Amino acid sequence: MLTLLGVAVVVLGFAARFNPLLVVVVAAMVTGLAAGLAPLQVLAALGKGFNDNRLVTVALLVYPVVGVAERAGLQERARMLIGRLKGVSLAPLLIAYLGFRQITAALGLVSIAGQAQTIRPLVAPMAEGALEARSGELTEEARQAVRAQAAATDNIGLFFGEDIFLAIGSILLMVGVLAEEGIVLDPLQLSVWAIPSAVAAFVIHGARLVLFERRLRRKAAEPET
Amino acid sequence: MIKLGVVYLLVGVMFGAFAVLSALDGKNPKRFGNAAFWGLVAVSFLAGDRLGDLGNGLLVVGLAVIAGLGLLGRGQPKTTSPEQRRALAERFGERLFAPALTLPLVLMVGLFLLKPLHIDGQPLFDPKQATLISLALAVICAVAVALVLLRQPLISPFQEGRRLMDIVGWAALLPQTLAALGAVFALAGVGKVIGDLVTAWLPMDTRAAAVAVYCLGMAGFTMIMGNAFAAFPVLTVGVGLPILIKRFGGDPAAVAAIGMLSGFCGTLMTPLAANFNLVPPALLELRDRYAVIKAQAPTALFLLIVNMVLMYVLAFR
Repeated sequence: MLTLLGVAVVVLGFAARFNPLLVVVVAAMVTGLAAGLAPLQVLAALGKGFNDNRLVTVALLVYPVVGVAERAGLQERARMLIGRLKGVSLAPLLIAYLGFRQITAALGLVSIAGQAQTIRPLVAPMAEGALEARSGELTEEARQAVRAQAAATDNIGLFFGEDIFLAIGSILLMVGVLAEEGIVLDPLQLSVWAIPSAVAAFVIHGARLVLFERRLRRKAAEPET
Repeated sequence: MIKLGVVYLLVGVMFGAFAVLSALDGKNPKRFGNAAFWGLVAVSFLAGDRLGDLGNGLLVVGLAVIAGLGLLGRGQPKTTSPEQRRALAERFGERLFAPALTLPLVLMVGLFLLKPLHIDGQPLFDPKQATLISLALAVICAVAVALVLLRQPLISPFQEGRRLMDIVGWAALLPQTLAALGAVFALAGVGKVIGDLVTAWLPMDTRAAAVAVYCLGMAGFTMIMGNAFAAFPVLTVGVGLPILIKRFGGDPAAVAAIGMLSGFCGTLMTPLAANFNLVPPALLELRDRYAVIKAQAPTALFLLIVNMVLMYVLAFR
């Protein structure tokens, strides 16, 4: 049971909003010590895990591209573009992006979009612009809500699209785990079962986006009190 | 054959440049904190394999201490003003989208055309890492397109990259650090302990209860561990296989696939999935660190219920 102390450290540390990097190091120490390892052994295990997982950080390579394009006015251009497409309001824009993200992820094109590549420079400014075109200048609160919703839409589209693709890590993991237990499955059999949930994700989040826009516009229409 | 090492070299050089430029940034009162932090990341990418496990462990502690003591500031590279950007946006027009479109385009060229190529019987790309190698290639091409087409200064990729990097700050390294914590958890057998608890204490006499335990367990366990991959083997071997598949005769493919997606619902609700849930709020300059999780939670909870119903209905026919 002592092994779970590290989990408790993570939960409490995140809830108390201590610096997460520090929380993680402390949690690793607590977990390792509780499992009977020496402090230096724990440190070495943490270091090995860090070094082995460097590929997680490689995606940050896109920051220079996004930064240079922003320097030349990309966010402003994205906002102008949506301003000219008068017919497109916030919810349809994000719903279209949700569908795009789900379909491309289902085809295995997971890295062609993302929080740094598409949400910050393109989708979030367009979403803000789409709402501004109808409701006028946004309050800071509304702006923050729109951005958070744009980021959420990207995650949901990615998660509930990628599992339809055959060669994604989660499918291969399922095949591997079940094979060890003597159940041999074809990846295709697993990926078709991801389709009903993908459709449900599109419908649920799409409906929430419609309600989200309605709520923001109602709030903007209220006279200031 | 092009391997991941080349990509690491590129990432290391990028962080090295961020570190040097941070140290020279007189407008950032905490410039040496930033320089040290990004410098350590550069060392990890350039020489991580030569540091040894303990050396890497100390490096992680160094990063955590710099972040935990609040020694990171936000650099102020010289950039364009909002007014200038509006004027540039008018002038460049749709050309501005070219770099953003170059990224996916080159990525697809890499995955569909270059990945299958062989030179002297050797594959051109390490097949296991083709996506990351293609991504690095796409970044180089997109930066070149941006510099030429948008006539930006040569130093701007590094200065602008550093600007974004400083906005995100320590959160950028959190996903990798959490993955390292996952390795320590695995070593200590955390997953096994939780799996035993679930199977020992929760009632699974009826099909509905077993479906609920498996799906809620996948979501909850994913929230604790930060990703569904750690949860899946534990709960599938503990609950899914013996109870749902063997006792109640569920279709293994449907049980596993929908169980995994229940785990994804958990991923949407946990700060431990940092690259999806904590990095974006930093990148979008949101005040609430948990704003994205809050925006996702209702969708995730609805979907979790839908997944349970889908499994109950579809997996047992």
